Amino acid sequence: MINKDKIVDDIDEDIDLNEYKIEDLKTSKTYNSEQEIPNDLKDYMKKVGIEVDSDKSGIFLQSGNKLDLCVSNVQGIELMPLKEALKKYDGSDGKLNLQNYFWKAVASDKDKFTTEVAINEITDGYFIHALAGQKTIFPLQSCLFIPPFPGLKQVVHNIIIAEPGSQLDIITGCTAHTGAKRAIHLGVSEFYVKKDAKVSFTMVHNWTETTKVRPRTGIILEDNAKFFNFYVVMSEVKNLQTNPVIKLIGKNASYFGQTLIYAKGGSYYDTGATAHLIGEGSKAEIISRVVAVDNSHVIARGKIIGDGKDVTGHIDCSALLLSSTARVDSIPAINAQNPEVTLTHEASVGKISEENIEYLMSRGLTEDEAINLIVSGFLDADTSPLPPSLAEETRKIIDIVSKSEMG
Amino acid sequence: MNENMLRIENLTVRVDNLQILKDFSLNINKGEVHVLLGPNGAGKTTLIKTIMGFKKYKVESGKIYFKGEDITNLSISERVSKGIGVLFQRPPEINGVKLSKLLSVCDQKRSEFAKEASENACDSDLDDYMNGLAQRLKFSEHYLERDVNTGFSGGEVKRSEILQMMVMQPELLLFDEPDSGVDVENVELIASVMRELLDRDKVPSKQEKSGLIITHLGYILKFLGHITRAHIVMNGKILCSGNPKQIINGVMKNGFEKCKECISCIDPTEKFNEVDFTL
Repeated sequence: MINKDKIVDDIDEDIDLNEYKIEDLKTSKTYNSEQEIPNDLKDYMKKVGIEVDSDKSGIFLQSGNKLDLCVSNVQGIELMPLKEALKKYDGSDGKLNLQNYFWKAVASDKDKFTTEVAINEITDGYFIHALAGQKTIFPLQSCLFIPPFPGLKQVVHNIIIAEPGSQLDIITGCTAHTGAKRAIHLGVSEFYVKKDAKVSFTMVHNWTETTKVRPRTGIILEDNAKFFNFYVVMSEVKNLQTNPVIKLIGKNASYFGQTLIYAKGGSYYDTGATAHLIGEGSKAEIISRVVAVDNSHVIARGKIIGDGKDVTGHIDCSALLLSSTARVDSIPAINAQNPEVTLTHEASVGKISEENIEYLMSRGLTEDEAINLIVSGFLDADTSPLPPSLAEETRKIIDIVSKSEMG
Repeated sequence: MNENMLRIENLTVRVDNLQILKDFSLNINKGEVHVLLGPNGAGKTTLIKTIMGFKKYKVESGKIYFKGEDITNLSISERVSKGIGVLFQRPPEINGVKLSKLLSVCDQKRSEFAKEASENACDSDLDDYMNGLAQRLKFSEHYLERDVNTGFSGGEVKRSEILQMMVMQPELLLFDEPDSGVDVENVELIASVMRELLDRDKVPSKQEKSGLIITHLGYILKFLGHITRAHIVMNGKILCSGNPKQIINGVMKNGFEKCKECISCIDPTEKFNEVDFTL
């Protein structure tokens, strides 16, 4: 049981990364096609919206620290293990030098988790590269799975580059086997979105009550670059801390992030996003919707720093508290460093109003049905900014996840 | 045939320690439409919310019967399942729940209560049905995709409420100020749907629905056809009951204050006629 008065730094201090192990990777084998993926693994993937046999532009699967499968079907969009990409893109013959993208969006010495990822030489992750002007038709899929290996340390480093004018749609599912005990997931993701490029990223997490999760994400947006970030987590977790940092360095760059959390059991979530508006006319919107039940504790943060001329930012953190033993801290922060900025925020934490429940009951719903309808409406994602195929996919995933997790 | 629909017997109701209704009694038979008039704060909305069973409205004494059954202690949903429907004056905004979603829930509930399969077997049937109803109320399809009551104008709220009633098809309809905040054209539109919901255009022997209409001004009554009875409510009690035309004319002319002296309605040119079925 987590002491609710502790701040997250204390929770991090409790983690000794030397207590976690990386499995023996020498004996592992990689699958050659979707058909070879075992059915039970497919079932886990489905729970986070990853459907192996469907139409997709490409797929990357990893169990623990072992690559399971990597298939890319679309010309102009590259998907490969990061180690392999590093060899390919060495800067020779006028090619991209991938070394220039290492630890530029996330600092390697940010904390002990990024340091662990930086010093680890045997683990991998994915590299996604959309060439200039190329667009994905179907979303790319990636799935990171924690197998039932007690005390496993999953260490992942991903780099995503969208070259000028490209469009990337990505679905990522991270999940753990129900038998995964005391595992930790460390995932560094660095996104580089260049001029006029657009990235839509839907991420679904489904953990177990003993998993600790520390994603570290950095996003750099150049002129006119757009980023849509959807994050959905509705399962139990031991504790999870994430706070993607978005640097909008380009003119008119824009970021829209939406987080949906259904926190249950004894889960502890500290989630947020920090957007740094540097480029003239850049804008950011950070939205979070939290429903806390049981003994869960959620800290929902959002921070926007307005530096550039004519930038706009808005934070909206709303939470429903549905149990007297749950807790939500909503912490929006706006920081203006230029008089020509428009930054706003709103935050609310509360229970569902009796008036709303009784109104729905007057249409024949029972009290529980009325509460469920309000909660699922509250957690309904605004997928309108997403491209149609990803929007549909995202809605489908949210539907699957909420049905299985909210009962 | 005087089959009873709603019978309220000596109801005393408290809201936040304030007694609002005092020894209130009312009887509405099947096929009857009654109108309740009264100044602000008289207890009209309290009556409706008490009939529905809202928690804040505490019944201290008295009984509410629906079709002969004591419903005083039933939950809101149980009352609705028996055939009571309500149009609220100021319903709350339900963020995240689209009107189309609420309507499909209403449709599901209606068929569940009627113990029959939904007439709209597949989703596209349901969509067509909803869109047909929405068109009748001059709502665009886009409108159904808005969150319930969120940013609705006064008239839109009332049309959305009556749309839900069209789907629910209750036997007893309670209308709390169906015309407040509604522009003239839309009053007629709402009134035409109310007539339909209340079987007003059928011959009296086929009129099976009952209604209780709360109104301030009575303007909408012009479009509703025959009203069985009107009641003046003041200070939580029915002050007088009788011929709707006579009472409404009296109130229009002299205001509610004169009702206390009961001199408004004394007009020799108007004849009291309880069984006036002219439309």
